Amino acid sequence: MDFEDTAEETAFREEARAWLEANAPTEDELAGMDGMARAKFWQKRKADAGWACIRWPEEYGGRGATAIEQVILGQEESKVDTPDTGVFGIGQGMAAPTLMAYANDEDLKRFIPRLASGEDIWCQLFSEPAGGSDLAALRTKAERDGDDWIINGQKIWTSGAHYSDWGILVVRTDPNVPKHKGLTYFFLDMKSPGIEIKPIKQISGDANFNEVYFTDVRVPDSQRLGEIGQGWQVSLTTLMNERASIGGGGSGARFKTVKQLAETVELNGRPAIEDAGVRAKLADWYVQEAGLKHTISRTLSALSRGATPGPENSIGKLVGAKKSQDMASFAIDLLQQQGIVRDREQDEAFEALFQDTYMSVPGFRIAGGTDEIMANIIAERVLGLPQEPRMDKGIPFTEVPTGSGA
Amino acid sequence: MNFEFSDEQNLLRDQARGYLTDNCPPAVVRRVLEGDELYAEDLWKGIAEMGWTATVIPEEYGGLGLSYLELVVIAEELGRACAPVPFGSSVYLATEAILAAGSDAQKEEWLPKLAAGEAIGAFAYSEGGGQASAASLSTTVSGGKISGSKAVVADAEISQLMIVAAKADSGDGCSLYLVPVGDGVSCNHVNTLDPATNHADVTFDGAAAELLGAEGQGWGLLEKLLDRAAVLYAWEQLGGAESCLEMAKEYAMGRYAFGRPIASYQAIKHKLADMYVKNTLARSNAYYGAWALNTDSDDLALAAATARVGSTQAYYYASKENIQTHGGMGYTWEFDCQFYYRRSKVLAVAIGSESVWQDKLITASDQVAA
Ligand SMILES: Cc1cc2nc3c(=O)[nH]c(=O)nc-3n(C[C@H](O)[C@H](O)[C@H](O)COP(=O)(O)OP(=O)(O)OC[C@H]3O[C@@H](n4cnc5c(N)ncnc54)[C@H](O)[C@@H]3O)c2cc1C
Repeated sequence: MDFEDTAEETAFREEARAWLEANAPTEDELAGMDGMARAKFWQKRKADAGWACIRWPEEYGGRGATAIEQVILGQEESKVDTPDTGVFGIGQGMAAPTLMAYANDEDLKRFIPRLASGEDIWCQLFSEPAGGSDLAALRTKAERDGDDWIINGQKIWTSGAHYSDWGILVVRTDPNVPKHKGLTYFFLDMKSPGIEIKPIKQISGDANFNEVYFTDVRVPDSQRLGEIGQGWQVSLTTLMNERASIGGGGSGARFKTVKQLAETVELNGRPAIEDAGVRAKLADWYVQEAGLKHTISRTLSALSRGATPGPENSIGKLVGAKKSQDMASFAIDLLQQQGIVRDREQDEAFEALFQDTYMSVPGFRIAGGTDEIMANIIAERVLGLPQEPRMDKGIPFTEVPTGSGA
Repeated sequence: MNFEFSDEQNLLRDQARGYLTDNCPPAVVRRVLEGDELYAEDLWKGIAEMGWTATVIPEEYGGLGLSYLELVVIAEELGRACAPVPFGSSVYLATEAILAAGSDAQKEEWLPKLAAGEAIGAFAYSEGGGQASAASLSTTVSGGKISGSKAVVADAEISQLMIVAAKADSGDGCSLYLVPVGDGVSCNHVNTLDPATNHADVTFDGAAAELLGAEGQGWGLLEKLLDRAAVLYAWEQLGGAESCLEMAKEYAMGRYAFGRPIASYQAIKHKLADMYVKNTLARSNAYYGAWALNTDSDDLALAAATARVGSTQAYYYASKENIQTHGGMGYTWEFDCQFYYRRSKVLAVAIGSESVWQDKLITASDQVAA
């Protein structure tokens, strides 16, 4: 056990730092670009120099780096001011690993380098009005027509569909078998005729997710991933990687920022940080934050030995999201009446971090599997506890009871 | 970077678990809990023969000269077994105090005995309810004789030496003293939440006391020793928390209500998932604490407080919800759930409670770039 860099890791860290410092885009270079253009600019520069998706094989634009090197690069990049490349998260973190597990060589050569370089953005067309937590209840159907499939139905909550080039899609190809057995997995061009995208406004005020309607959309059979009827297994590959890639607990209010706030506001006539109750809460959040960080470190050692991310990664999102929500709420309380002001310009110190976190975290507790589903996963797949009795087992999908919610 | 124990350390864990499964089954904990023994002397002898008490003591003093990574592995296993032995007092505290601040003569006299388990050490600083501080000490040392009293000292009655915090001979600082148990030391047994452990109020009436470490610097040394012990206690607490999760899981799988295992009810599942999450985070923090202890890192104070708070909370949660998961059975004397519920609280306050360590954590975080 050694929490410090080996000589090789130090060398890698220095190389990464030197490259980042020399190549982080300047404001001049980024002038006039919107967030998307900035993200693409930076991602392309990283890819050209071999610093994008470094764990991927060289032939696909990576450098076959270890999980630990990936973390070192992330740590170094966080110290430098660079554009946010979150828009590539679904493509690089979920679509790519699924493609790598199921796509043919030709498709890999075609798509993976473009994912690394940020030329293509991908979205995840999984959830539907009738299938969220219970993803396998989805109804969008695909019917075979020669070498193509014809897709009809509706997806919902599709983040980034409106700016995506490609999508990963699960659909029902056979409604007459039990629900998990009638699904098939595809990838498709988001510019395909018959796709209609309607943004949905979130409580945060942004409109980052969408309804996506499919009317006789044609997808060639060559864009199927896995066998017909094997869509559920393929989806699990995507979902495991989703949990690992969003597992870190995310951005938003953190120990450092809330502590900083507690040092500047008063409670009972003293700096709030001197109050025992405030200290106790902050300490608990630090324990969670450090615990998550070191939990990720521990899984790294396993990943470096070639293991795939397992269900234990559900912890990150489960703990991280709740923690951010509680911290943001507490920070607002510390500010008292002033805390309700949500105005980035006016809030010089924190740029409305706590208020923005407060409004975005409810979504984070739902996206990618709700808190409750995460707890079920831990209970069933990590601890091995039995499933609850289900009303949908062993009967054709068409006979499964449905309610009014969909 | 490498975040795993070595193969040898994992082997040691297997050996320790095997040894305790054979030699410290619940019946041994119950024997001490219900009987007149102050501790399981037979188990203590066995543990000493295994060399566990000698783990980090250098070979020149009869120790094994191993690292703290080996010691934490043993601590976790002792916690798992709820072992009724004075390991914390003697190994995490007294031995550490002599290793950190003892003179050559003190080391030569005491370390071989502590390594062999022939001497048991106790650690006495608190004098009553509430948080102890240097200012509130009323125990004093004058001309090498100690007078005053200490409250609820773990393993005092079975110890051969005590490490005691007292007002310094000269000046107004506090110092640590090494007090061989003999004339002028008397113990008065106190009944506690956990009769599988033993505690006593101790009165010093002119007993011989040798200075341990620099005079007047005792409180700083004490805080350092507590930081080190915090990591070791955190591992022991984690072991207990893991046992609770295992017990709760096993019971929930076998117990049926309304025609199905209670483990299939979400309220139970999510409770156990919560235990797993708390234990996992506590374990990860304990790893970092172990590394910081082993390398004497600048981060030790923060790492120790983090590990301590995490494990204290995990053990409390797991021990109380383990009882809950067992229903009425969990509340019976006959069932073993009580061992962990008792021990979790005894260990939680052993070197300062959760809130004391939460406070230390925030203080330590000022020094370290987060
Ligand atoms: C910000 C955001 C971005 C998203 N982006 C995407 C995306 O890009 N692509 C995509 O495909 N989807 C996306 N989603 C959808 C997300 O995956 C679903 O919203 C989520 O899985 C929950 O499904 P649902 O909304 O249908 O809620 P429901 O499944 O109806 O859940 C409602 C409530 O019931 C609870 N519940 C349901 N089943 C159980 C159970 N078995 N046990 C206990 N409680 C249960 C849930 O925990 C929840 O509290 C996004 C969602 C959000 C909020």
